[in-house]
Amino acid sequence: MSVMTWTYLIVGLSFALYIGIAIWSRVGSTKEYYVAGGGVHPVANGMATAADWMSAASFISMAGLISFMGRDGAVYLMGWTGGYVLLALLLAPYLRKFGKYTVPDFIGDRYYSDTARLVAVVCAVFVSFTYVAGQMRGVGIVFSRFLEVDITTGVVVGMAIVFFYAVLGGMKGITYTQVAQYCVLIFAYLVPAIFISLLMTGNVIPQVGFASTVADGSYLLDKLDGLNTELGFAAYTSGIKRNIDVFCITAALMVGTAGLPHVIVRFFTVPKVSDARISAGWALLFIALLYTTAPAVAAFARANMIETINGTDGQGVLYEEAPDWIRNWEKTGLIKWEDKNGDGRMFYAKDDRNEMAKIDNDIMVLANPEIAKLPAWVIALVAAGGLAAALSTAAGLLLVISSAISHDLLKKVLMPKITEKQELLYARLAAAGAIFVAGYLGINPPGFVAQVVAFAFGLAAASFFPAIILGIFDKRANMQGAISGMIVGITFTAGYIIYFKFVNPAANVAENWLFGVSPEGIGTIGMVLNIIVTYAVSHMTKPPPAHIQELVDHIRVPRGAGGATHH
Amino acid sequence: MSAYWKANLRILASLLAIWFVVSYGFGILLADWLDQFRVAGFKLGFFFAQQGSIYVFVVLIFVYVRLMNRLDRKHDVHED
Repeated sequence: MSVMTWTYLIVGLSFALYIGIAIWSRVGSTKEYYVAGGGVHPVANGMATAADWMSAASFISMAGLISFMGRDGAVYLMGWTGGYVLLALLLAPYLRKFGKYTVPDFIGDRYYSDTARLVAVVCAVFVSFTYVAGQMRGVGIVFSRFLEVDITTGVVVGMAIVFFYAVLGGMKGITYTQVAQYCVLIFAYLVPAIFISLLMTGNVIPQVGFASTVADGSYLLDKLDGLNTELGFAAYTSGIKRNIDVFCITAALMVGTAGLPHVIVRFFTVPKVSDARISAGWALLFIALLYTTAPAVAAFARANMIETINGTDGQGVLYEEAPDWIRNWEKTGLIKWEDKNGDGRMFYAKDDRNEMAKIDNDIMVLANPEIAKLPAWVIALVAAGGLAAALSTAAGLLLVISSAISHDLLKKVLMPKITEKQELLYARLAAAGAIFVAGYLGINPPGFVAQVVAFAFGLAAASFFPAIILGIFDKRANMQGAISGMIVGITFTAGYIIYFKFVNPAANVAENWLFGVSPEGIGTIGMVLNIIVTYAVSHMTKPPPAHIQELVDHIRVPRGAGGATHH
Repeated sequence: MSAYWKANLRILASLLAIWFVVSYGFGILLADWLDQFRVAGFKLGFFFAQQGSIYVFVVLIFVYVRLMNRLDRKHDVHED
């Protein structure tokens, strides 16, 4: 069978599975719709969280990014995993005990204020839309590259699938499809990685192959260091970014992860407080499976790529003799070769010997199976994996948007008198509306999608995280403090990012940055400002009312969490 | 109850200290210095930056779960 037939078959089967799960898990109450009735097994929730969290970017782009960044790629590896330690230790168990449905719910109740609730709603909706646009785009891109349909058709198919299980099944449908999607995506990621590791180092486990020797007897990483320096790049295992910037980016990503509403809300779905704790552990274990493989894939792919283009002798390979995948991916525009010196040979370098006008990050994962000459079904599997990663994240985000609107905005503020049935209807309408907006953004991406990722994490770090943490750990934190803290944190972070990314992008160089911190890392400073302001203002104004202090005491102990409805 | 909370904070502080030292310490601030030591093909700083810190994170959460379950029982605030 051809690659195309395999891809239609495997992608089709995975979609049929997701739809089947959606039909099986239809919901009838708001509690089921928002938090899957609170009855999800912690291991299942761990898998769902892992799929929820790992997006198209983790699956398709991250290994490629790392392979071009070398050691500095660790900002993503540590930043997107370390946040789970914060989640498990500082947030998840307490929010589970609190037992409501959304993040704005907690902020609104803990700070006894609809203003605080609304600030949280606006942040949650903004952060989620920013993120979801990229996911829908990812769906479109995978479709167009593997199935040769145009991006718009791809996005529309993706919208239809998500519509089906998010609108019908709410959190319950999303949870169980995410479990299936995790299995698809991790299998699709590990199979090519294992094959390549075997091929290059003779080790089945990519993480071990990473530290092993390659065909010529030298260690893979030493060889890469040598190749990189020879070609004018910095050594692969050395860092280039300033320490302070690496520090702040890592912190912003970690804290941002812990503050992202679609991740937090997953911990509302397990039956008990102790389940919330262990479930964070499972989630990180499942995530770590991919995140420790990615840097190995990055190193294998880079060594492979340099050798394929420059040849084992470093003289450049004749274009005529290049393997098929180079020409295949040249068609998609992800690779570009210009024969500058007219010798008919390709050459990749940092300096002016370079003839590869473009090598896209994404190629490192997408072309991996072809580079390693793996069978057609593995290539099809990568397509299904990329789609699973994008769809699972999109669904989680859409649910946050839908619940923020139906529950926090309508039920809690604008229309408190609606019945549960009506609220459920509004939740479904909001989800449907959000899918259309997300699809539109996926088809017509605003030019700045890539730049606004910094926004999502920066804002989550500078707004939610401090408000939640202080809400749990500082009984004295009150409405005045939280609102001023969130506003200062958001304004500072957004202002800094908007200035360097949109108003004056030319000035976006290390010399102009505050303390040498790039816009990607500025959320860390925003978070610190938020904490200081919240603390100071809270202690200068009157303490929160007695029933709020009792609420804090209540969430600090595990016993007495609300029960789950049966599955 | 405040004894429970204090014990909880002590657990958090010690686990987060490890979390910080491994990632921000070994993986970033001390990475260049640690690179002089090697484990197989890895320079040690690079290892912590791209592999080791993640393994430690996973272990930290499971250790936390154990410690907290024990603490909950000791102070009789556990569920069911």
